[in-house]
Amino acid sequence: MAKRIEVSGLHAYYGGVHAIEDISMTVEPRSVTAFIGPSGCGKSTFLRTLNRMHEVIPGARVEGKVMLDAEDLYGSSIDPVAVRRVVGMVFQRPNPFPTMSIYDNVAAGLKLNGVRRKGQLDEIVEQSLQDANLWNEVKDRLGKPGAGLSGGQQQRLCIARAIAVQPQVLLMDEPCSALDPISTLAIEDLIGKLKSQYTIVIVTHNMQQAARVSDRTAFFNIAGTGQPGKLIEIDDTSKIFTNPEQKATEDYITGRFG
Amino acid sequence: MTSLSTPRKGSGLGSVSTGRKVKDRTVQGLVYLAFLLALVPLLSVLWTVVVNGAKRLDPTFFQFSMNAVAGKDPGGGAYHAIIGTLQQVAITSAIAVPIAVLTAIYLVEYAGNGRLGKVISFFVDVMTGIPSIVAGLFVLALWLLTVGFGFSGFAGALALAILMIPTVVRATEEMLKLVPNDLREASYALGVPRWRTICFVILPTAMTGIVTGVMLAVARVMGETAPLLLTIFFTKAINTNPFEGPQASLPTFIWEQASDPNQTSIDRAWTGALVLIGIIMLLNLLARLVARRSAPVRR
Repeated sequence: MAKRIEVSGLHAYYGGVHAIEDISMTVEPRSVTAFIGPSGCGKSTFLRTLNRMHEVIPGARVEGKVMLDAEDLYGSSIDPVAVRRVVGMVFQRPNPFPTMSIYDNVAAGLKLNGVRRKGQLDEIVEQSLQDANLWNEVKDRLGKPGAGLSGGQQQRLCIARAIAVQPQVLLMDEPCSALDPISTLAIEDLIGKLKSQYTIVIVTHNMQQAARVSDRTAFFNIAGTGQPGKLIEIDDTSKIFTNPEQKATEDYITGRFG
Repeated sequence: MTSLSTPRKGSGLGSVSTGRKVKDRTVQGLVYLAFLLALVPLLSVLWTVVVNGAKRLDPTFFQFSMNAVAGKDPGGGAYHAIIGTLQQVAITSAIAVPIAVLTAIYLVEYAGNGRLGKVISFFVDVMTGIPSIVAGLFVLALWLLTVGFGFSGFAGALALAILMIPTVVRATEEMLKLVPNDLREASYALGVPRWRTICFVILPTAMTGIVTGVMLAVARVMGETAPLLLTIFFTKAINTNPFEGPQASLPTFIWEQASDPNQTSIDRAWTGALVLIGIIMLLNLLARLVARRSAPVRR
């Protein structure tokens, strides 16, 4: 299931603005990779290039290569819609579909892609909600609106929705920043559980979180306002947090700037 | 931090000053006054129409046409006009709503900052300003005189559709813009193609507003008289075929009856107006019920 991502020489632009510059890295399958760095350094932009969500924004474009195992996601014959089925995404703010019930939210990705068999849907919905640690809380009210859940539950619902389409990579853009510590813990436990099946990439502003959940950590930075974001270093999380190669990483982690 | 978190005591939390209280009251009073002023014409119109229209609000009015009924005769009804109006508005909506909703979808979801989008948007604005009689003249010139069709309910519906399209485009556009971008991205991130995202995520979310916009437009065109006189003409007889021959409609019925100097005719005109208002209100209620079923669920 899980796939390796190899990025080489990636640049991303918003219109004329050069947002990230020349990023190369490898993301190992069945592991959690955390992206840390100050605001505006291009972490989220880079994350969105990994499932071609970047180009959804008018004027945005990407140069470079993103290899998912043997396939280049930016190859000319690749359908971005198909890419997003393989590389799922969870957003910063929980965004369940307001017109749909809990069940329909989880089933949305499948239904909208043509899976109609009730038995199959029931099974996948239950499995996804269980994987997202939400099943026990919602199993008696699957027909109730998804927007009626609490923030933390909504975010787990969004995770269930993302894994219901059985992606091979899961991208998470600050999935806990709008949540309280208890919901955050639930999601972190979930990430630990999910990494046995998926390749997970998580953007976070919380360095303790990066240290807790990730196997590898990438530090991004910008030279100054208006400059493109760059990858400073990527290494095992334990190394980044105890003995980073770069001075800037150490300064950021110890709180001397950013 | 401490100074903020310790509760302040004494003079720090004084009562609201008299000046602010007075301002608050004054503005509140002005707002209520404006509200009442806005209600005056509305209630006055409703009251007049109900009082004058109630006289002829009898079964006969809904069962008979004006065929062979002279102006001074009692009896007679608007059966022909009610049928005509319902048929014409149904055809108008069938033409205008799909075109308008699809146009709005194009403008919001696809056009971006493209040139075609700007051109369409400009012409929608221009169309909003077309006086209704001009729409009628346009259909008269094109459909009746150039192409050569005769008066018909359908020709009237064409003229009404020209008036309805821009209103529905604008209303739908506003509603689609209100759909949070988060939902589009959530759907794209599931690998859902754009058209499915629009059909199953965006349109349902905006449905209540779109239905309201359509109803306002329906209410507007239902009261149009001038374009109908040029395209449908009018008749006192029942014509259930909207594709052939002159048809009656409630606005033309009211116009025709009100211009007759007999009290019996004038009473019929008032009742016609009452029925027209009633139909619009019924359609509104119906639309609200439909919209409620597909409305975004709230906590």
